Amino acid sequence: MPIFQSLFDIIGPVMVGPSSSHTAGAVRIGLAARSIFGEHPEEVNITLYGSFAHTYKGHGTDLALIAGLLGFSTESVEIKKAYEVAAKRGMKVQLYTSDELTEHPNTVTLCMRKGERALCVTGISTGGGMIDITDIDGFDVHVSCDEPVVLVFHQDRPGLIAAVSSVLAKEDVNISQMEVSRKERGEIALMLLATDIEIPERAMRAIEAIPDIGPIVYLSALKRDADALESQLEG
Amino acid sequence: MYIEQYKDIISHCEARDKTLARYFLNHEIDLGDQTEAEILQQMERNLVVMEQAVASGLEGVKSFSGLTGGDAKRMHEYMTKVSPLGDSRYFEAAQNAVAINEVNASMGIICATPTAGSSGIVPGVLIAFRDRLGLSRRAQIDFLITSGGSGIVIGNHASLSGAAGGCQAEVGSASAMAAAALVEAAGGTPSESGHALAIALKNLLGLTCDPVATLVEVPCIKRNAIGAVNAIVAAEMALAGVKSRIPVDEVILAMGSIGRMMPVALRETALGGLAQTPTARKIDRLLKEQGTVGESDL
Repeated sequence: MPIFQSLFDIIGPVMVGPSSSHTAGAVRIGLAARSIFGEHPEEVNITLYGSFAHTYKGHGTDLALIAGLLGFSTESVEIKKAYEVAAKRGMKVQLYTSDELTEHPNTVTLCMRKGERALCVTGISTGGGMIDITDIDGFDVHVSCDEPVVLVFHQDRPGLIAAVSSVLAKEDVNISQMEVSRKERGEIALMLLATDIEIPERAMRAIEAIPDIGPIVYLSALKRDADALESQLEG
Repeated sequence: MYIEQYKDIISHCEARDKTLARYFLNHEIDLGDQTEAEILQQMERNLVVMEQAVASGLEGVKSFSGLTGGDAKRMHEYMTKVSPLGDSRYFEAAQNAVAINEVNASMGIICATPTAGSSGIVPGVLIAFRDRLGLSRRAQIDFLITSGGSGIVIGNHASLSGAAGGCQAEVGSASAMAAAALVEAAGGTPSESGHALAIALKNLLGLTCDPVATLVEVPCIKRNAIGAVNAIVAAEMALAGVKSRIPVDEVILAMGSIGRMMPVALRETALGGLAQTPTARKIDRLLKEQGTVGESDL
């Protein structure tokens, strides 16, 4: 598959400078982390690795990540004021840099906390504003946020994956991609589902009703086109 | 188109009396994501972002690091108050390109074309020449479409990122894209666009990516000026009937091949070239110590 297909891969995205990977991609990682966490975090610990750790100041990578965590789009001029807005909205931010070697030079881990709830998300920025979420709370995943996905936390037991997919089959929802990850046998596992169409509300409720299903997180696509993103955030 | 060579696109267009913009637009429609009207609308929105970035850059902006900014304003004042040496439109394109890239470095809003670091070149040339060429709004959008389509071909046969291919892949590609589009906007043939693309790209082959303190500022901003002017020279040469001796697709492959041979130190890592000069090392140190760096520090 050739890398570039659309005119808008070349003429676009519309973004706040200075770098599509170190700024625009970082905003999208922040946005993805926020929607995975599902609520406004009270506290965020950001750890930057590789090129992110070395060059974040000049590229505003820290501002971009915080802006995403606050729900700003890649073209929001407010990105520059991210620290102030975070303070105003009661989001405490701690920034760390790490010398630890990571597979990808543009890697960041965001650990979010609200009350007793905490969740860590790791993402990489692969260029042109494209990202990959590689770790959610210790689960190995791959989420590009270019298409909608559903994250289903569940007990690792036989028959559970079949139960979920049969609900979707009954509703005529085609699964385009599926990934299952677990930390230990029989413990909590994470199922990642990408579907061709939005999963109907009724199917979501049926999945929630399956025994041993934990929290379900619905992640809508984070469009690289800023206008679409803006309307998503408003909606 | 995604694996096609530029020469096949040229012969397709010339056999059917079709413009490159029409060809590239048809392919975008064939992707099936958007209708023709939606594609034109999105491109128009991108054009508005470009116009706003030029306007804001000409008013004078400061980069986030404090290292750059204000040169587009300086160039604009020179052009309006002092008599420039050459055709003012060349300089205007350079000034526009600098304006956009200064806005980029100041964390303002830009449209990546094809990257953020080379975002000044295509719009810089378009905005400088649209009045002279009497381009309608639609013709301006076609300029962006031909630039974009040319970029797809370059990207799929070589590369478009400084990390992969050095600055020749960013500023070189943007300049080549603008040259092909400018020829078409001026009424040239697809084949002349191909020669313009080849000439523009050849002129910038081997250009390294050695950004001071890894910032998209020095030398990136001024290289946008050179990329814009180079695009115009290449377009005028092609319109004059000058042909690239090396066919366009071979030039693109050569760019990719040079990129692969380029040492990592010269591919966006700031480990060589300008980035390792004594002054660059000082800037890097000051940025780490105090966050910003001003003219008085150097």
